[in-house]
Amino acid sequence: MKNMTYRDAIKEAVREEMLRDPDVFIMGEDVGVFGNVFKVFWGLYDEFGPERVRSTPLSEMAIAGAAVGAACMGSRPVAEIMYIDFMTVCLDPIINQAAKLCYNSGGQIKCPVVIRTQGGIGKSKGSHHSQSLEAWFAHTPGLITCMPSTPADAKGMLKAAIRSNNPVIFIEHKLLYATVGPVPEDEDYIVPLGKGDVKVEGDDVTIVATSYQVVNAIKAAKILEEKGISAEVVDPRTLYPLDEDIIVNSVKKTGKAVVVQESPEKYGIASEFAYLIQEKAFDYLDAPVKRVAPPHVVVPYSPALEDLIRPEPEHIVKAVEELM
Amino acid sequence: MGKGLESRVRDVSACPFRVFPKEVCLSRKGVEVLDLTKNEVLKMYETMLTIRRFEETAAQMAREGIIYGSFHTYVGEEAIATAVAAHLRKGDAVASTHRGNGHFIAWGADLKRMFAECLGKGNGYCKGKGGKMHLAMTEPGLISANGIVGAGLPLGTGFGLHLKMRNSDNVAISYFGDGAANQGAFHECVNMASVWKLPVVYICENNQYAISTSVNESLSAEHVADRGVGYGIPGVLVDGNDVFAVYEVVGEAIKRARAGEGPTLVECLTYRLRGHHEGDIQNYRTEEEVEEWKKKDPILRVKKALLENLGATEEELKAIEEKVEKEVQEAAEYAKNSPWPEPETLMEDIYAKEEEDGVVV
Repeated sequence: MKNMTYRDAIKEAVREEMLRDPDVFIMGEDVGVFGNVFKVFWGLYDEFGPERVRSTPLSEMAIAGAAVGAACMGSRPVAEIMYIDFMTVCLDPIINQAAKLCYNSGGQIKCPVVIRTQGGIGKSKGSHHSQSLEAWFAHTPGLITCMPSTPADAKGMLKAAIRSNNPVIFIEHKLLYATVGPVPEDEDYIVPLGKGDVKVEGDDVTIVATSYQVVNAIKAAKILEEKGISAEVVDPRTLYPLDEDIIVNSVKKTGKAVVVQESPEKYGIASEFAYLIQEKAFDYLDAPVKRVAPPHVVVPYSPALEDLIRPEPEHIVKAVEELM
Repeated sequence: MGKGLESRVRDVSACPFRVFPKEVCLSRKGVEVLDLTKNEVLKMYETMLTIRRFEETAAQMAREGIIYGSFHTYVGEEAIATAVAAHLRKGDAVASTHRGNGHFIAWGADLKRMFAECLGKGNGYCKGKGGKMHLAMTEPGLISANGIVGAGLPLGTGFGLHLKMRNSDNVAISYFGDGAANQGAFHECVNMASVWKLPVVYICENNQYAISTSVNESLSAEHVADRGVGYGIPGVLVDGNDVFAVYEVVGEAIKRARAGEGPTLVECLTYRLRGHHEGDIQNYRTEEEVEEWKKKDPILRVKKALLENLGATEEELKAIEEKVEKEVQEAAEYAKNSPWPEPETLMEDIYAKEEEDGVVV
């Protein structure tokens, strides 16, 4: 184990896979000598050179599309779309092509592409750099959608994503890059896609959260502990395929559930968690499932307004207390 | 059909190809001096005829209601796919379009499996899941049709990127139409391929209408090929109904790509002789205009060259026609008698089976 940032864990994952497999390469805006705008890939350009650490023109459609095309031929590209908000201009190669090529071709074509991006509400980044669009991808058959919350998960899941023969949307969070945690150093360390993790064990209530909201949920669990409430924090880690058992088994134990998301409350991933809980653990529920999410609003610029919508530990605490 | 419309279609038969920006009208070499033998041209004739008869037979099935959804035929455009495929090697890759049956047949697709896919049968190329607009095959190389206009541009660019990363001398072909030339993907991808010198040949099949919208209403430049200048690559306009001219131009472009000299934009000016889809009311063009283009039918032209320049006999051509007809009708019957996909296949192939440890799905 080695303590490292989420940012460095991602770099380590890519670096190890590039050393292991010559078909793996990185492409995206400013990923070369600049090392990506969040400095995730700092140093990789010097190590691997411009062919495999490939800075692209500012052309998201061509980045995503060429990565998908190259993957169909047997490359394993790790393409980057700088902000998930920019995915809006390159959805065709992802939704219509990558997600459907295997099915449309009756299994003849595989598309082992990874599209890395990052989302979530930052610090006054405004509405075009703050969205949480994960539900779009999780809603699309043919894609695997990942949202790691810790450095260890980021590394293990990204390595699994690169080795996967399926298209993976790998969604990081801008507020997680500087977080630090222990990360296994074994070069074959993998976190299987589709396997969740219990981040905090507890008996009284289940909190289901992903990505940066796991950090908030863990903080909430600590506050609740001081108040004598034992909360279990469940992180599905992959949205699709979803580790249904880990959520359902937790709720069967606790009898109460709070589901958290960072996207506007309507039609988001938390609704899917809530449906799953009522479908498979209805008889165990002592109270209705509670949802914590921003209102159905555009992410505003002013810190005074942005602070009104960002889910914080106290919102989760309040939701839990309302269930008790 | 439309009435009283002024016909404004383009025709470059007097000047089969031009290289932009020079605007020089080059006289084509003519079949006599191309490196094509009589047998190779007979093979081209057979291929073009096979595409024609496949499409006409399928169109009839669409009218009968046993081919479902919209059916877009390649009738009138056969020379392009035939000339291109004559240059392709194992391991090359093709990003095709919604009007892609010709691209598949020219590259050796099995007619039985193609018809079966068009009819949604379980033994089609894609097990009935893709259908006629999403055909795919992987031998002799990857080729994938597309339901999204312009989506083959990014895919074809990616095929080229892979080949470049592998230092391969294989090439990628990216087919698109005059409509797709106005999609943003065209700009992004041709620019990227030029910057990276990718081995891609971008082939615009300009059949002069995007459904009902004429190129005269939608294309800013006089020709799609003009746009090559803006990306620093050769743009070549060629008579797409002249199989020899296309063969020559695309041959040069593919040679450039295989040699690592980067992409070429080839505009093949052609005309679709049937509607956008079967059942199209075609009120955007006149009967006279279509009749005029029937005289420029690429199959008639290759037939003429065979008889007049290459010493083929009527009997030889008749034998080919009979062989093609038999193959097409047998394949159609095979598809009609094929089984539907089994219900349990519905949820298969959404994801590729994983081969590595530790990864689910």
